[in-house]
Amino acid sequence: MNRRFTWFNATSLTLGFVFLYLPILLLVIFSFNESRLVTVWAGFSTKWYVELFQDEAFLDAALVTLRVALLSATIATILGTLAAVVMIRAGRFKGRTLFSGMIYAPLVMPEVITGLSLLLLFVAIGIDRGFWTITIAHITFSMCYAAVVVSSRMVTFDTSLEEAATDLGCTPFQSFIKVTLPIMAPAIISAWLLAFTLSLDDLVIASFTSGPGATTLPMKIYSQVRLGVTPQINALSTILISIVTLGVLTASFLTRRAESKRKADELLAGS
Amino acid sequence: MDRKSGRFLLIGIPYLWLGLLFLVPFFIVLKISLSDIAVAIPPYTPTFDLSAGWGGFTKFLSELDFENYIWLIEDDLYINSYLSSLKIAFFSTLLALLVGYPIAYAMAKAPSEWRPTLLMLIILPFWTSFLIRVYAWIGILKPEGFLNQFLMMLGIIDEPLQIINTDTAVYIGIVYSYLPFMVLPLYSALEKLDGALLEAAEDLGCTAIQAFWKVTFPLSMPGIVAGCFLVFIPAIGEFVIPDLLGGSDTIMIGKTLWADFFSNRDWPLASAVAVVLLLLLIVPIVLFQRQQERAQEAEK
Repeated sequence: MNRRFTWFNATSLTLGFVFLYLPILLLVIFSFNESRLVTVWAGFSTKWYVELFQDEAFLDAALVTLRVALLSATIATILGTLAAVVMIRAGRFKGRTLFSGMIYAPLVMPEVITGLSLLLLFVAIGIDRGFWTITIAHITFSMCYAAVVVSSRMVTFDTSLEEAATDLGCTPFQSFIKVTLPIMAPAIISAWLLAFTLSLDDLVIASFTSGPGATTLPMKIYSQVRLGVTPQINALSTILISIVTLGVLTASFLTRRAESKRKADELLAGS
Repeated sequence: MDRKSGRFLLIGIPYLWLGLLFLVPFFIVLKISLSDIAVAIPPYTPTFDLSAGWGGFTKFLSELDFENYIWLIEDDLYINSYLSSLKIAFFSTLLALLVGYPIAYAMAKAPSEWRPTLLMLIILPFWTSFLIRVYAWIGILKPEGFLNQFLMMLGIIDEPLQIINTDTAVYIGIVYSYLPFMVLPLYSALEKLDGALLEAAEDLGCTAIQAFWKVTFPLSMPGIVAGCFLVFIPAIGEFVIPDLLGGSDTIMIGKTLWADFFSNRDWPLASAVAVVLLLLLIVPIVLFQRQQERAQEAEK
């Protein structure tokens, strides 16, 4: 569909993006506000950032969140990739419907239910709640997202490449490591990034599954936000938004470069 | 390691993980929803005692009852929570469609070299923290917030509007947070549309607006349905948005469950709320999956 790009279209795009980005932009701008009143501009200042970095509780929470996110994203990506291989390659096996149901259901499951059910499990088996229970909970829901991301790329994978590797003497495992994984790498990286940000963002599931002593950043933000808008939270939000934006832009740049390199290679191979 | 046991391990590891941590917990929720609240740790009876053997199991079964579910029907709060969640989810889905359609339409009509960037700009907010995006609206909507300042500066209103802590704020929050989920499927449906069909419609005497309603709109239906489900399903169980932007009279089931669990510490009742919510969600989820399957088949 490529016809006239009218003033109407230009207006809807502009309004749409203003709606999406203005709230974030205001948040970022007012994190540099001198005044404690968040919505009245009183001059430029970075004092809220300084204050934030002196706040032990925030730093502790940030550290917990980062550790949970790094660990859970890594394990979730491994499990999710395995699950994707099972869904795309394993063919028929007993309980396949249940398996794909368990992959897709967590994507639409309300967080309150996932959180509640995991907490009740942890209580039933008598695990102390804290860092590990949050990590396990995050692995469980983000591995499903990882599985979906990896499997959507794997569907279009050309299996003759693997066959060629096997013909040349690779074991199936070797050909998976040497041929499949490198080709799947962009999808696996985006799966990891998605799992990482999901873990970084999660408030509801972490609130259910954490115990005394393990407070994540979203939990900390939430308890502050309930008391009202504060400049420190604006500063913290700005830092988090910058990290994520930088990560996403880098990832998309890398994927686009990998794509165009692949296309160029295919052209060369074809000529 | 031979091939067969390798295959077994490959299927077994993710299967076991999800089985233990996704499926089993549901049975525990179901079980606890049939239990009674108790002042103990854990705060419910009966607890299942494996060492008591078969006698313990039958005793366990006999102590389960439907009291919590009867309570859900008898207490207005719960029925109202479910109904109001459905209502809020329905109208915010409709609003998201109204806001999202023109955006997706314009993206599909934009020059093709712009489209990856536009797509990127739609997806980017989805990656930034949900909590932060909801929080950003508190500063905008509160009485001394940006929106009221702006409207008063323009002289449209004389005194601040009370938007925060009302249902309106919840609608705004849901539309804002879930807009990417609406725009993406709409865009992918609209992008595939063949421009020649519209030209044909106009050659046959349609005005541009008629052509839109007779050609574009019906052909974008799969995108509309997918987008609506993707907003409607998560909106029903939403907790953060009604809690931070809504008022005390904004009741949604996610908030009710949270209060039962954390404030009232009534785990059995919270579990019953969760089971009913799940049953409520099964219908739209199954409908959505069917629609997705049909769309996939249509593509072949």
